[in-house]
Amino acid sequence: MDPVLLIDFGSTYTKVTAVDIDEPRLLGTANSYTTVQTDINNGLADALIKLEQTTGRLDFSARYAASSAAGGLRMLASGLVPELTAEAAKTASLGAGAKVLKTYAFKLTEDDAEEIARLSPDIFLLCGGTDGGNTDTVIHNAKVLHKIGGSYPIIYAGNRNAARECERILEGREVHITENVMPAFGKLNIEPTQKEIREVFLARIVQAKGLTQASELISGIMMPTPSAVMAAMKLLAEGTKTQRGIGDLVAVDVGGATTDIYSVCEGLPDDPRTSLKGLPEPYVKRTVEGDIGMRYSIRGIVDAAGLDRVAKIAGLGVERTAEIIDMFANNTELLPTDGETRAVDEALASMAVRVAVKRHAGRLEEMFGIGGLKLVQTGKNLKNVDKVIVTGGSLIHTEHTGRIASYCFYDEEEDPESLRPEKADILVDRRYIIAAMGLLSEHHPEAALKIMKQELVKDDSAK
Amino acid sequence: MEQKKKTLVIGVIGADVHAVGNQILYHAFSDAGFNVINLGVMVSQEEFIAAAIETNADAIIVSSLYGQGELDCRGLREKCDEAGLENILLYVGGNIVIGKQPFDEVEKRFKAMGFDRSFPPGTPPEVDIEALKEDLHVED
Repeated sequence: MDPVLLIDFGSTYTKVTAVDIDEPRLLGTANSYTTVQTDINNGLADALIKLEQTTGRLDFSARYAASSAAGGLRMLASGLVPELTAEAAKTASLGAGAKVLKTYAFKLTEDDAEEIARLSPDIFLLCGGTDGGNTDTVIHNAKVLHKIGGSYPIIYAGNRNAARECERILEGREVHITENVMPAFGKLNIEPTQKEIREVFLARIVQAKGLTQASELISGIMMPTPSAVMAAMKLLAEGTKTQRGIGDLVAVDVGGATTDIYSVCEGLPDDPRTSLKGLPEPYVKRTVEGDIGMRYSIRGIVDAAGLDRVAKIAGLGVERTAEIIDMFANNTELLPTDGETRAVDEALASMAVRVAVKRHAGRLEEMFGIGGLKLVQTGKNLKNVDKVIVTGGSLIHTEHTGRIASYCFYDEEEDPESLRPEKADILVDRRYIIAAMGLLSEHHPEAALKIMKQELVKDDSAK
Repeated sequence: MEQKKKTLVIGVIGADVHAVGNQILYHAFSDAGFNVINLGVMVSQEEFIAAAIETNADAIIVSSLYGQGELDCRGLREKCDEAGLENILLYVGGNIVIGKQPFDEVEKRFKAMGFDRSFPPGTPPEVDIEALKEDLHVED
């Protein structure tokens, strides 16, 4: 046996996962409260005691950690046109596992400056202009950032013709210059920025967040938790040299404050005559719905889906449903206790899944013109994706996972243009191991994939 | 001294799917030394403007082949002004109106809509290129 420990310092819980990489299998999982205020090792020690109560004493050959503690990797991003470089900057940051507090477009205003000073991010991503294109805006924005001051690092991924000037304007600040997120019109180039974000995270953020004390114990790789999830999903889809992956997939993580959706697929149109609009889509894409979550963002679900709809799915009256929603909103630690609260919780989870996947998925519009019918696709086509991975408390601690998850599917009556998966197997992350497997995949992809294949179990409750 | 390449944004406006002429223009303009951003067919006014802002374009060249050009082009100049592209050169060409109308009248109407130049159907690309060089002060 060769046990390896994976740690996820979450905002609330420190989760530990022990695996054997010799004969790949899950040995056990446990969690405890995150103690970032005092010493992060206390929470970790508690979780380890709990773990070893079930697994027995383990002599770990390596320990790897991911973190979303202390607010996660908090980023702000700016670009020029909202649907072009500003969108590219946001996509790059989300794909690097960041929590994007806000994305700015055009020239930063005085109000924006005050907001940036108040939000004081971990990293600011400064973009705008294609290479050889507009320089005014990014230079203006660099001046605004200089004026605001602060000590957080700035990553420059804008028009390369303005890079040196912006660096001079920001003299005295930690500035990392990398390739433009959109070097030519409509061309997305986000990997260099993501690499830079990760390096800054490792070099600076880990220390700033009080995670260094832990790093003595840990063999390495601290990454933001969402990056670990992305790595796991990419591995699961693609496979390794010796093991096949499961192919294109969508992953849904319904949390208390946000709902994250991941897709690993090209997402191209079914009909080659379809024209594509908008930015090219990344093969591995992450979107975060900040207004869709089971507790802190419960109102956002109701706003997006409608109270009537939630009540109808729950099979309860509108008033009773509203009462239970208020109860959850006012007590974010509350778990469903009886039939009615469970029904509302599941109805909310169903709508969270529907809304978030709908926002992640692309759209196919039919347009009639002089030349007859024309199909126009924006975003990713997920219709042919036949595996949906689900995780998050409200989806894994219920018998009705499949039923809740089925709300992610294409629904011709409700929204015929939305390119959501037509039908898919639902695979459930019952023991909450995805982020851990993403961490493990850095050094032991074969073991990580084997364990995911064992642990992500198919749920047929929808059928 | 070598001049910086001038940047042109080109595309076919509205619900128009005529792709061939636009492709010919793309090659002709590129060969003539311009940096060309080709948005293809079915391009909205907003897409022309967004592309021109990011790329700091010198001109927007709109094609329309299906007769709806006058409707599709209306308001483009005003939106450019609004977006901070006050001095950008605007050209339009193709079958930009329905039926046979005297082109000088058509040109006048498009001039009033803020288009610096309009080109009738069948204009060879060389004519556009000459005009661009003149308006953008490109020396051979």
